Amino acid sequence: MFGSNTQKGKKLTPFRRKEARAFYLTISPWLIGFVLLTVGPMLYSLYISFTRYDLLSPPEWAGLYNYLEKMPNDARFWQSLKVTAIYTAAYVPLEMIGGLMLALLVRERVRGIKVFRTIFYLPTVLAGVAFAVVWLLLLNPRGGLVNLGLKAVGINGPRWLLDPDWALFSLLLMSFWGWGRAMVIYLAGLQSIPGEIYEAAAIDGASRWDSFWRITIPMLSSTIFFNLILSVIGTFQTFTNAFVATDGGPLDATLFFVLYLYKQGFDLRNMGYASALAWVLFVIILVFTLLIFRSQEFWVFYAGEKTDE
Amino acid sequence: MSERGREDIPIRRLKGWRLILRYILLAAAAALFLLPLYWMIVSSLKPEYEVFAVPPAWWPSPPLWQNYRKALTELPFGRYALNTILIAVGAVIGHVVSCSLVAYGFAKLRAPGKNVLFIILLATLMLPYPVVMIPQYIIFSELDWVNTLKPLIVPTFFGNAFYIFLLRQFFMQIPNDLIDAAKIDGANLLQIIWYVILPISRQAIATVAIFTFQFAWNDFLAPLIYLQDQSRYTLMLGLRFFRSSFEVNWAYLMAASLSIAAPVIVLFFFTQRAFISGISMGSLKE
Repeated sequence: MFGSNTQKGKKLTPFRRKEARAFYLTISPWLIGFVLLTVGPMLYSLYISFTRYDLLSPPEWAGLYNYLEKMPNDARFWQSLKVTAIYTAAYVPLEMIGGLMLALLVRERVRGIKVFRTIFYLPTVLAGVAFAVVWLLLLNPRGGLVNLGLKAVGINGPRWLLDPDWALFSLLLMSFWGWGRAMVIYLAGLQSIPGEIYEAAAIDGASRWDSFWRITIPMLSSTIFFNLILSVIGTFQTFTNAFVATDGGPLDATLFFVLYLYKQGFDLRNMGYASALAWVLFVIILVFTLLIFRSQEFWVFYAGEKTDE
Repeated sequence: MSERGREDIPIRRLKGWRLILRYILLAAAAALFLLPLYWMIVSSLKPEYEVFAVPPAWWPSPPLWQNYRKALTELPFGRYALNTILIAVGAVIGHVVSCSLVAYGFAKLRAPGKNVLFIILLATLMLPYPVVMIPQYIIFSELDWVNTLKPLIVPTFFGNAFYIFLLRQFFMQIPNDLIDAAKIDGANLLQIIWYVILPISRQAIATVAIFTFQFAWNDFLAPLIYLQDQSRYTLMLGLRFFRSSFEVNWAYLMAASLSIAAPVIVLFFFTQRAFISGISMGSLKE
């Protein structure tokens, strides 16, 4: 994947040296940005996380106070972790399966299929504030379409985003509208599975069900892996929907981690504590990403890989 | 680069009741996906008292087109649109220039340390914005950039890992002979990129431009922390201000939301292929 290695360092011919210089020249924007906008700020925020800092007076050294005193005793911190964990645990499998089902649905080129693909992808284009606003309308407890529909079948709908017991579930309910992104990635994966494999399996008498579990799923495992990574990282960062639809409420029922980080940093101006929260988020995402990468060898099959039995 | 992948493969053709069942499922799912959008459009054309009427009005009679004019003049949306366009266009230029340059290096030039740097680049793909948001804010506020559009535009000139990766995959497929021929003709690095690489890579570049535009248009968190003065607001900030600051007029809110979403929806319709090939970047064919 990374191209063949150039000869191991040491003596470069003048021609090669010129080429190396050109390489570093071309990548310099990224390299400079990486130092100034990523590594630098990360280290700086690590320092800030050991201080109290309100942006007005200079940072005041506080040692491990933010991590060891403030955080463990901060009920809203634990609440935000809980909300994010519950939501991630529910949302990621839903998106993984929902996106796959959509992709399977639009896989075969039947008449008009492109229109359906467009319809399923369209809502993801609406990301941002508009996405949340539509659902505020639909889930309105008074005369929202969802509750009117429920009433028609004799159910008294809940107060959805306004009820602490239902708010997080409401956000989950809204989220199906974003499955199109996963669908498109799955679709690309599905289309790269050679049709001959299915034909061969059919000749051998495999049912559609067998083909699905023994061909489609294994051949799709690298795509599933890719989607899983995207989905987990994205879900940990949930912000806009919650900020616009509920602002973390009611009663902190939808206080996502990043939303709490934002409130600490920009509402309360606790830059030190917010930086500590950011580092906690970083470590959590890092651990999950590494675990998922590690798990690859058990379930991800790359076509063209040596299979030495 | 075979045809396979783009053209759908003949998996057991659907016939008879399977085909009918498929269409039933497709139609049901499509209805579910379109209903919120339809309801949004219908609601935007209703008088306020009819938005939550029981039973629901499936068609506004008569449609109040003036809702749009009223919604969009209630706040200085023209100003917000201008700010948003400045940011989006600036970001498109920034990403296209920086990412194609960096991607060329990673795709076509050899140098010690390249593999390590490429792995670092891929690792930064996993780094979420909220993690660097606080320190970046502190740095930009030291520079006195808060409440200007600069923190939203300038960083794009330092590239973006995802787009660099995307372009690099694309550039890798360009035959080296073309580059060598240009070198023999005396072209320098920038001339090679400009005259050889970019013309072949129009589709990939377009993908980067479209994604950047859409992301900048919809972005909420970064504008929220940097832009405090109302005259600097983007459309998304304006929309959320609209929702929170007045006694919500739902019809107006829907009209404003739709108007603000319209440009990206239109963009999407015209550039579907670039969109989809970008998202499923594994399938960079052609």
